Amino acid sequence: MTVAKPRRVGGRVPLPLVIPAGLGLLFLVLPLAGLLIRAPWTTLPQRLTEPGVLTALRLSLQTATLATLLCLVLGVPLAWLLARVEFPGRRLVRALVTVPLVLPPVVGGVALLLVFGRRGIVGGWLDSTFGITLPFTTTGVVLAEAFVAMPFLVIAVEGALRGADTRYEEAAATLGAGRWITFTHVTLPLVAPGVAAGAVLCWARALGEFGATITFAGNFPGRTQTMPLAVYLALETDLQSAIVLSLILLAVSVTILASLRDRWITGP
Amino acid sequence: MRIRLAVLAALALWGVTGCGDDAAAPAAGESGVTGGVTVFAAASLTESFTQIGKDFEAANPGAKVTFNFAGSSQLATQINEGAPADVFAAASPSTMKTVTDASNGDGTPVTFVKNQLVIAVPKGNPDGVTGLADLTKPGVKVALCAEQVPCGAAARKALDTAGVTLTPVTLEQDVKAALSKVKLGEVDAALVYRTDAKASTSDVDGVEFPESAGAVNDYPMVVLKDAPHKAAARAFVTYVQSDRGVAVLTAAGFQAPQ
Repeated sequence: MTVAKPRRVGGRVPLPLVIPAGLGLLFLVLPLAGLLIRAPWTTLPQRLTEPGVLTALRLSLQTATLATLLCLVLGVPLAWLLARVEFPGRRLVRALVTVPLVLPPVVGGVALLLVFGRRGIVGGWLDSTFGITLPFTTTGVVLAEAFVAMPFLVIAVEGALRGADTRYEEAAATLGAGRWITFTHVTLPLVAPGVAAGAVLCWARALGEFGATITFAGNFPGRTQTMPLAVYLALETDLQSAIVLSLILLAVSVTILASLRDRWITGP
Repeated sequence: MRIRLAVLAALALWGVTGCGDDAAAPAAGESGVTGGVTVFAAASLTESFTQIGKDFEAANPGAKVTFNFAGSSQLATQINEGAPADVFAAASPSTMKTVTDASNGDGTPVTFVKNQLVIAVPKGNPDGVTGLADLTKPGVKVALCAEQVPCGAAARKALDTAGVTLTPVTLEQDVKAALSKVKLGEVDAALVYRTDAKASTSDVDGVEFPESAGAVNDYPMVVLKDAPHKAAARAFVTYVQSDRGVAVLTAAGFQAPQ
């Protein structure tokens, strides 16, 4: 398998690209600098050990990971369908997949309540048949996060599938492999970096999720209060502790993302 | 493709320029008060202040009132970080204090109304809730405000006064969110302000309970030190406390301060 490597283009880096790139970076990084400058460094260790902080952090990491797994199980097949199967209304389906991106998350939360809530179409049935209620539970948090984060995964994986060379899949088919075997043995390994990148985006989005979570799952320490919710409520009384909580969330997520990136995305 | 791009560009431009429309500033009126007043007010004041704003504009044709309704603490943070506001009306003295402590108030805040808690239940009160003790019944799901926001602090006070220990299913970020959980049928009861229950009589009933008298919230209001339109701001504050203003507020369920 010879994969064409991008050839390095020589010459100077053009200024019309460097200047906006630098400005863009500055725009993204300056707010972070703002947080760092205002952080109450002297009381930091004491604030870190405040009860509730670790609980919220653990809950955030758990729910974001579970939401990402849910998105992988449902999102990768959906992306495959969109990229590889011609069916009527495919363009519409593709547009529908991006709905959670456009929807304000709070509205997404209300929409989830209308479907999975106690009076919801699906939730009402779950409640009366199995006695299961989803709002105000940790499962509810996972659902809310998955709803908001899944488009990131689907779009990334679909892009990877469209960019992948279909000749390998055709070769596999010629050699007698069915579509399922082709998918698991050829397609999936081929787009693995795309899936990993999508999963990372999805996880990051789930970790920062606020609006849909607080609307659908409510806010209760240890059960549904994730870090973004804790940050929001800390902001109500104490800007400094809100900054500390945000920094913890940032530090943990950047550490995890950086270590994953080295291992998976860049590759050997 | 070119047509589609043109349509997209037109839509985008419409979005950009649309904001400029209200730059057509109100013409100077005959009355003394002119110019725009920006009022940052607690979420629970939404209905009554919107009405008072309209009345104020009708009485002062040269004036224009713009509101920013949100949780009091959030507004206090915005003001302390330099938001260009003229008036701050908070739902609790403690949130007002964060603004006055940062020397952002002009003069002493005035208490213009008081608000009390009620138990919001779905229309018709299907669980037959008559007091706080009923909220501890098994199977009754309750939403409270988080203690960091004024309605949550008041709820804590009322529950402590009553000696009732209850485990809510959620601690909401503001009173409107707690109320909406009742409206959507996700919880069976929530402790909200009387005014919020009154603003939603089509969906919820407000059950009064005696312990709420011990957890009354004062609403203070102040003109801000860096107010761009101080004269108009003072006129608005005076108008809220006038007979017309008080009538609107009490009709909404607020109590006038003694």
